[in-house]
Amino acid sequence: MPQPTDPPETKSNGNEGDLRVIGRPRRRVDARAKVTGQTRFADDISLPRMAHCKLLRSPHPHARIRSIDISRAAAYPGVYLVLTGKDLPIEYGILPVSQDEQALCLDHVRHVGDPVAAVIAREELIAFEGLDLIQVDYELLTTISDPEEALATPTPRIHDYGDEGNIHKRVALEFGNVDQGFAEADEIFEDTFFYQGSTHLPIEQHASVATKDPDGKLTIWTSTQTPHYLHRALAKVLEMPPAHIRVIATPNGGGFGGKSDPFNHEIVVAKAALLLDRPVKICLTREEVFYCHRGRHPVLMNFKTGVKKDGSLTAMHLQTLIDGGAYGSYGVASTFYTGALQTTTYHVPRYRFQGCRTFTNKPPCGPKRGHGTVQPRFGQEVQLDKIAEKLQIDPADLRLRIAESSNRVTANFFRLSTVNLAECIRRIVKSSGWRDKFRKLPEGRGIGLACSAYLTGAGLPIYWNKMPHSGVQLKFDRGGGVTLFCGATEIGQGSDDVLASIVAEVLGLDTFDIRLYTGDTDLGPVDLGSYSSRVTIMAGNAALQAAERAKSLLAEAVAERVGVPPERLRFAGKRVFDSAAPENSVTFQEAVCLAEARFGTIGTVGSYTPPKSAALYKGGGVGPSPTYSYTAAVVEVAVNPVTGWITVPKIWIAHDIGRALNPTLVRGQIEGSVYMGLGEALMEEQEFRRLPKKLSHALVHKFPSILEYKSPTSLDMPEVFTELVEEPDPQGPFGAKEVGQGPLLPIMPAVANAVYDAVGVRIDEVPITPEKIMKALAEKKAGRAPRFGPSHFPHVDWPEALRVPPPWEGGDGNAINDAPRRAKPAPQRTPEKDKVLSS
Amino acid sequence: MVTISPASQRTAQLRFTLNGEQTDVSFAPYKTLLEVLREDLNHTGTKHGCELGECGACAVLLDGKPVLSCLLLALECSGRDVLTVEGLGSDGQLHPLQEAFADLGAAQCGYCTPAILVTAKALLDQNPHPTRDQIREALSGNLCRCTGYLQIFEAVEAAVLEIASHNKSA
Amino acid sequence: MMRLPLFSFRAPRSLEEAARILHGEGPDAMPLAGGTDLLPNMKRRQQVPRTLLSLRNIDSLHAVHFDDPRARLGACLTLSAIISDPRLRNGATALAQAASQVATPHIRNVATLGGNLCLDTRCNYYDQTYEWRKSINFCMKKDGVTCWVAPSSSKCMAVSSTDTAPALMALGARVRLVSHSGEREIPLADLYNNDGMFYIHRKADEILTDVLLDSLHDWRSTYWKLRRRGSFDFPVLSVAAAARFGGSGVVEDARIVIGSAASRPLLAEEAGRFLVGRALSSETIAEAAALAARIAKPLDNTDFDMSWRKKVTAEFVTYALRELRGDDVTAERTAITRCPSV
Repeated sequence: MPQPTDPPETKSNGNEGDLRVIGRPRRRVDARAKVTGQTRFADDISLPRMAHCKLLRSPHPHARIRSIDISRAAAYPGVYLVLTGKDLPIEYGILPVSQDEQALCLDHVRHVGDPVAAVIAREELIAFEGLDLIQVDYELLTTISDPEEALATPTPRIHDYGDEGNIHKRVALEFGNVDQGFAEADEIFEDTFFYQGSTHLPIEQHASVATKDPDGKLTIWTSTQTPHYLHRALAKVLEMPPAHIRVIATPNGGGFGGKSDPFNHEIVVAKAALLLDRPVKICLTREEVFYCHRGRHPVLMNFKTGVKKDGSLTAMHLQTLIDGGAYGSYGVASTFYTGALQTTTYHVPRYRFQGCRTFTNKPPCGPKRGHGTVQPRFGQEVQLDKIAEKLQIDPADLRLRIAESSNRVTANFFRLSTVNLAECIRRIVKSSGWRDKFRKLPEGRGIGLACSAYLTGAGLPIYWNKMPHSGVQLKFDRGGGVTLFCGATEIGQGSDDVLASIVAEVLGLDTFDIRLYTGDTDLGPVDLGSYSSRVTIMAGNAALQAAERAKSLLAEAVAERVGVPPERLRFAGKRVFDSAAPENSVTFQEAVCLAEARFGTIGTVGSYTPPKSAALYKGGGVGPSPTYSYTAAVVEVAVNPVTGWITVPKIWIAHDIGRALNPTLVRGQIEGSVYMGLGEALMEEQEFRRLPKKLSHALVHKFPSILEYKSPTSLDMPEVFTELVEEPDPQGPFGAKEVGQGPLLPIMPAVANAVYDAVGVRIDEVPITPEKIMKALAEKKAGRAPRFGPSHFPHVDWPEALRVPPPWEGGDGNAINDAPRRAKPAPQRTPEKDKVLSS
Repeated sequence: MVTISPASQRTAQLRFTLNGEQTDVSFAPYKTLLEVLREDLNHTGTKHGCELGECGACAVLLDGKPVLSCLLLALECSGRDVLTVEGLGSDGQLHPLQEAFADLGAAQCGYCTPAILVTAKALLDQNPHPTRDQIREALSGNLCRCTGYLQIFEAVEAAVLEIASHNKSA
Repeated sequence: MMRLPLFSFRAPRSLEEAARILHGEGPDAMPLAGGTDLLPNMKRRQQVPRTLLSLRNIDSLHAVHFDDPRARLGACLTLSAIISDPRLRNGATALAQAASQVATPHIRNVATLGGNLCLDTRCNYYDQTYEWRKSINFCMKKDGVTCWVAPSSSKCMAVSSTDTAPALMALGARVRLVSHSGEREIPLADLYNNDGMFYIHRKADEILTDVLLDSLHDWRSTYWKLRRRGSFDFPVLSVAAAARFGGSGVVEDARIVIGSAASRPLLAEEAGRFLVGRALSSETIAEAAALAARIAKPLDNTDFDMSWRKKVTAEFVTYALRELRGDDVTAERTAITRCPSV
């Protein structure tokens, strides 16, 4: 039986009272640059002789390219170069199992916006005009617009790989005897939910500048969250040694997961720069950002949950049908994520998960804040509300009864470290006045509660390897300065500040004393990237280790000078001193010089690899994390019972963060997550329009603009009351857990639950809009189920589930039926009725 | 749809006041003020998120009023007074708004920040003691995807107090 | 980045010069006021004028004359100038409320009254980039033949999206149009045509120069705008209502205008007539609202579900009429505007 692992050697070293940097609200290290407009984003970079690139994109959702004639474009005055798919045929992709993208489509376009050619010219306007001179002869193929259509339309295949037809991936996992679990239940609940796709909408559009260095190597500055993965993709596609490629992730003007894939435009400008031997820049228009997408997968979910009268869960069976869009992206991981974290909040003793991702002819989906766990969290939390109502238990009390606690292992073998979910619930119940409001507010006003959990860093890397997930190098100069090198990328979340604050704390410095070089593959050790909330724990722990090692060296040298044992030395206020006799001290600068004299040039490294996961079964690589954060939220809404108009005046949220390294930044992440959750709850929709089939094959993004894709303005933001629960987690540097994603998850289900409290209708879908509320109210008035949402989960040919007995059934994390990969289906299938579920 | 002739070699000339200094610049006449600022004058502090007037990231002050530089022809700016984020500070010091934004977490990724700063400055120049609602409304044309706006409002309010106390002691 | 296409630029100093240039250049020239609608359309290549005629330097277009009981507003007055003019409150409140809710503060500082009155009609299929429109093989309004909103329709169904027009129509405004060959003054209501493409009776060489308001002394007016968010968004529905009251709250004259429910603002004539001679009781308000809502025929060319927009129209009209009656509708209003000052 697996035990929670011991915490890694690099423990947090702070005694609470001693911390001078950690835990204090501080100006972040990059604040001054940002408020003076001096932060250099990718599009701010301008180099001599720089050319401009525009991409020609497919106007068709699905087609073969018969031929491309670039001659007129190439001859257009001011055009330097035109590239097509044959110039960059090698496939790439973020996941090793789905290397299915080409920088420019060679012969198959899969969504409106898929790039097919590139024009590089003296001015951007000229490049734009050149696009129209390229003649592409397309052969239209059947458009596949949603997963049900994908299931029913095995050919033409959008990709030549995948499970079969246009099914990208099906997974099935079973933890424990689920049927028995249902048999033991007093009540069984079955609900279908739909979560619409949404996109990241960072204010900064993607931009890249590539150049051939003076010495002939390739350098690319680009707005990316994952310079290391881009680095690998460039080496592969350009057929160059990675050592001759430098990727510099410029500070991102927002990422949220939308800049975590290697992109077509990055590879194209790199190639163009090499061919032309001059810098090449591209900056995507807002519409093109919608075509890059990699946003939240639309997911249809079916939850079947067995409960006892006291609210404890006996079994859960979750099915998800996922709209992947045109490419793999992180989709296989996303598929597993739609089932992974259901067991981390409330005790689920037996669990069956089936997930199916299909390809469709739309921009590809990928990771957006919360990556695949957001959708099922919505379903789980709304269903819990329905369960609570039926069992006549207060929803907060129900959750308190069944909440997981610290140091457990879940049915699917994820190790939980600190779990303070219950405390989060208690806090917001108190601060929101829950007991006085739930089911007690006047008609049209309501209050709803929901919880969530999220990973603090994905436990496994994107490509299998045994190397650290993050590394930090520290350089010390005789002037007393410290320079930190790390591949971690600043996307606004404060990763630079996290790194600086950890080093400053350990070495007794100000964060201002530390220079940071981050996100540069030439300068810093590999950090896998800013995704899955991994930076604080992984780069942070690496920084902690490097700083502790430096502290050791410096202490040893200083100890000799001041004549005390190294253990008695303290580092604070830019001095190193004897804790028993503080006047016996040297400056930090002197300490460095002493150490350099003693040891030679000083430099230290630190690295971090997450603890080994207990989830050994195939698919268990998605979901494990060194630790999980927990969040509870209460949302108050006002709903107009005539029009369905919904406003949200107040939100209370409590987040189990372990330790807030910088409370100012932490608050910003929580409020920013709440804001983004609210946007998804009420108005964000990555929606597509299929023109009447008789008239057109078109499948277009309904409104790829920042005007029509609705995100909340300053006028739409409610009051937010934030509380932190801080029990330092041994896995995190100074006990810190994540905060950049977790607080988003409970918002959407809390809104749905609040709407039910306000006007008695269930919106089992996101976004929750006035139109849907009004329709549900009409249903209620007509005496039908007071609900709006899906009621049908289509038939999917699920593979045989991998059976993994949970810990309490003697499991060891392995599947007992390591079933071979599902064989191709027989030509004749026995007809099975679609599952029609009553709502 | 294609313009038949290649981009003209014509350039236009503009003389205007940029951040308090008389500035002369040559530029391609089809350019907006945003493009001229960023590309011909190297003032990259002003950003762009859409170029269509739908996000507010390109805001600058024109004769003291917040406007969208992506929707202004540079040709229309002759003789006018433009303030960008680069011109917010004075005498080598940051503007109290900049200090407050830096201290109170009002800038996360920092991309929308220049536009919000100049917009807030225009508000405070016109109304030194705005209510929260007035701050909200003044910034209703600036989208932010990171902060959720609340720390931005607080930073503006902190700057109000700082400016007021500075004026008192002056 | 999106870039403007090439254009020639003229900046006349007088109305006569402007009219002469416009006449000479023909339909490939367009007047440029604030540019906040024209420039985005140019960047998306929906409108590609060869010549832009800036109206910025024509002083007469920026003037405001209050000649009690009439008012003359220059068409190039910015929306911000309109909002901040205290003389345009009281009877003409609807205009200030409409102007306050256009887009965002930045845009209002530049956008003009005339520009908003002449605002291009909008549609999900039209207000898109050139590349997007190419993917749907364009549409009737620009470069194509099919109206995708209503494929069997013989006319374009793009929607009127101006806020100031419904308000000014409710206030009975007139407009002056000047061209090389003369000038004319017409009721604002006659400026519009219920056709998404040919939505305005302004000839290509005419410049809208002034908006004229008669006495609004005993009138009360209001403008309600429905949209997803508190700023940026165009209206998906708007209601402008104006009434003159006699003794004991009896309506002597009334106009209700429904905006963004057709290719032009629609005067709800039957509803307006119904109110005359009646006091605004709840029953009267409900009846008038139902009559007004009947003329609204929203289509799938904006944000929000068209059937929802239709269904909420009557309720929206009741908010406006209750406000005219003197009810405190702050709660309803703030829920929609999310802005207590509007």
